[in-house]
Amino acid sequence: MSPILSVRNLSRSFGAIKAVDDVSFDLAKGELLALIGPNGAGKSTCFNMLMGQLKPSSGTVELMGKNIAGMQPRKIWRMGVGRTFQITATYASMTVVENVQMALMSYHRKLYSLTTFAYKLYRDEALALLDTVGMADQAERHCAVLAYGDLKRLELAVALAHDPILLLMDEPTAGMAPRERIALMQLTADILDAKGISILFTEHDMDVVFAHAHRIMVLNRGQLIANGSVEEIRTNPQVQEVYLGGGTLFNAAQEDVHA
Amino acid sequence: MGLFIAQILTGLANAGALFMVASGLSLIFGVTRVVNFAHGSFYMLGAYVGYSLMQVLPGMVGFWGAILLAGIIVGLIGVIVEICVLRPVYSAPELFQLVATFGVILVIQDLALMIWGPQDLLGPRAPGLKGVIRIMGEPVPQYDIALIVITPFVAFALWYLITKTRIGTLVRAATQDREMVSALGVNQAWLFTGVFFLGCALAGLGGALQLPKGGADLLMDFTILGSVFVVVVIGGMGSLPGAYLAAVIISVLNVFGVTYAPQSTLVLMFLVMVVVLMFRPFGLLGKEEVAGEHGQVGEPERPIKPAGNRIRLLVAAGLLILGLLPLYSGNFAVVLVTDILIFCLFAASLHFMLGQGGLVSFGHAAFFGGGAYAAALFVTYADTPMELALVLAPICAGLAAIVIGWVCLRSTGVYFAMLTLAFGQLLWSLAFQWGDVTGGDDGLVNIWPSDWASDNSVYYYIAFFLCTGGILLLRQAAHAPFGYAMRAARDSARQAEAMGINTKRIQLVAFTFAGIMAGLAGGLFVFSKGSIFPNELETARSFDALIVVFLGGVKTLSGGWVGAAFFEGIKDYLTRFEYWRFALGLSIIVVVILGPEGIVGSLRKAGERFGLLKVPEDAK
Repeated sequence: MSPILSVRNLSRSFGAIKAVDDVSFDLAKGELLALIGPNGAGKSTCFNMLMGQLKPSSGTVELMGKNIAGMQPRKIWRMGVGRTFQITATYASMTVVENVQMALMSYHRKLYSLTTFAYKLYRDEALALLDTVGMADQAERHCAVLAYGDLKRLELAVALAHDPILLLMDEPTAGMAPRERIALMQLTADILDAKGISILFTEHDMDVVFAHAHRIMVLNRGQLIANGSVEEIRTNPQVQEVYLGGGTLFNAAQEDVHA
Repeated sequence: MGLFIAQILTGLANAGALFMVASGLSLIFGVTRVVNFAHGSFYMLGAYVGYSLMQVLPGMVGFWGAILLAGIIVGLIGVIVEICVLRPVYSAPELFQLVATFGVILVIQDLALMIWGPQDLLGPRAPGLKGVIRIMGEPVPQYDIALIVITPFVAFALWYLITKTRIGTLVRAATQDREMVSALGVNQAWLFTGVFFLGCALAGLGGALQLPKGGADLLMDFTILGSVFVVVVIGGMGSLPGAYLAAVIISVLNVFGVTYAPQSTLVLMFLVMVVVLMFRPFGLLGKEEVAGEHGQVGEPERPIKPAGNRIRLLVAAGLLILGLLPLYSGNFAVVLVTDILIFCLFAASLHFMLGQGGLVSFGHAAFFGGGAYAAALFVTYADTPMELALVLAPICAGLAAIVIGWVCLRSTGVYFAMLTLAFGQLLWSLAFQWGDVTGGDDGLVNIWPSDWASDNSVYYYIAFFLCTGGILLLRQAAHAPFGYAMRAARDSARQAEAMGINTKRIQLVAFTFAGIMAGLAGGLFVFSKGSIFPNELETARSFDALIVVFLGGVKTLSGGWVGAAFFEGIKDYLTRFEYWRFALGLSIIVVVILGPEGIVGSLRKAGERFGLLKVPEDAK
């Protein structure tokens, strides 16, 4: 089966620095793929290129066979890619359900309509989406007063509004309490199972990554150094070196003692 | 060649005062985020105070002493204003403070009138510098040379203060992140006051320094304000070298403009600004403003809901009372309410794009005056009947809004506001200086309604239906998906773009919609008055609309027209008195301090407190 997302030789440099260097990978249908790496590895740059915030220096990003590299975020969204942000972005002056309705109005191309009341449009659909993320009971609340974990769940509901084939989640559990993190990732995995969509996410919390990811990619200094199953990544010496350090200082100290 | 050099020198000399006023404005904005509309007033005060001091202090020492003292005195007046007027409203929604500074303008105007009288004062010439020196045969006043020498010293002293001293470090730090500065234990209140002193003192100094060249008059506050905004924006907000460079460019340009193209001096300045901002959206030496850096202050805006049946009944009753007005009241009231209704539509159109779209325009009069001029020009040159002219006015204003909006929306925030101001001024100077077509200062007259509508009561009904219809349409738009898309683009452009919303296009459509409504108001205005003059395009007119929007309450749906009705009503009453500006200014300041949520916002709060309105769950 052909992959949903197919990234080939993706690169981006800022001046002399190669933030992302020749990255290639595929994402299959129904797969939950994690992209990890230490700070400054190029995860966010990579993500921003997939989502259209940033133009790649070279390389292609194919969504269902169509190159989307360099397209505007709103065009990419129209092609069926949903996203959530590392720092939540919601509409603070609206209610929870209106946030979801906004996405539905955009999906149904009703943005320039003047004749209807917005709060009546696609309300049931929006409530159903809120129900999938467990936010239905808070539908009428003012978005500005929500707890951060609830905002994250709301954002997930918003990202699902246009029935995406691919979901991009940038650190979905950043800033949440440990219990909430596990719940949110479980929820995400359930949605993936139920709707058959594919998800690519970045994450710093290794518990979350190892518990839920079907496959893991490790980025270091802009380069993809590993790509494999959870078990393979766990035992990969190169990954261990990146995360735990090569022990250079420790070895040097040992040598000093022996000398 | 001699003339050329002499003109450059005159331009450089003129740049002095302009630079000082502009750098003061830039400093105050950078640290306190207050767009100080009253900055021109402090400049004017500097001139008047300096003039009075020069009458008492003798000789050369007295002259220069008077200038210095004028700066210090004006700085202290600035401190009083900051403590009494601005401190209570720092926590109000962003830009609300500019309403307070607008009140200060009015108060200072009348105070100056009371103290120094209405006649223009001729500034004394500088002792010892009364002559001219000849450069390649052209006379150059010695005082100009002195100014050219002094300005770089002031600029250098300022630069040293800002970049090399501890105070300067604090000021720069506060410009970047004032929350962090206060977290580090710096007394923010006094830092703000200190910066206000410095900024106002600079304005006063500028005013006093230009006395021998320009004297003092009651109009100089608004006259300089436009140029100062232009200088700050061209130079880049918060950049001192930028302000100097821009002051020199603008002053030299003006001098040459007067000589070679006297018909277009005003237009020239704003054209330069538009061109600079199109290529460098943050000014010549300015840095990009990071969006959202300063955060939301005050209460978050509440979700909106269409009015319930009770409110609808109330509105219907109000409309009925208004609709029957000609039956039970005299001609005077009918004309007055016509004026108020027209102004309400104008204000509501600005409120729509400002409140829902977050687009703060300093030049909305361009569309009001533009619509009025369009109608008047069609009537004058094409004998267009009123009915058609009232259709053409909003169309022309809308077309202008598409063009102006397309250019202005390339920038955001305060640069967007300044660009709209520039375009407003551009249209004004066109109307003012293109006398052959627009009648210039004499305006266009004899623009009366068709015969059937010439009676005041009949015209009242035309205005009544079009204005209330327009306001209701704007309100419907706010509840419609379009209004929601505007709020989405305002609340989080990042998320909006990521859900398929073309935020720039939404904003352009909103800008155009607001322009069309303002144009309709302008068309109605010209037929109710029978004439149109350039002052309907003035910045002051734009500010009127801006003030009432904030006064009424930005974060409410009815703030625009409520503020407008209140403002026009109170203005009509107060203008019967001699010092009405003083009274109006004071009332604005009082409203601002007592009700930082605006009239509608404060009434809603009061209604909730006394149990007349239901408090939403999440607002408790």
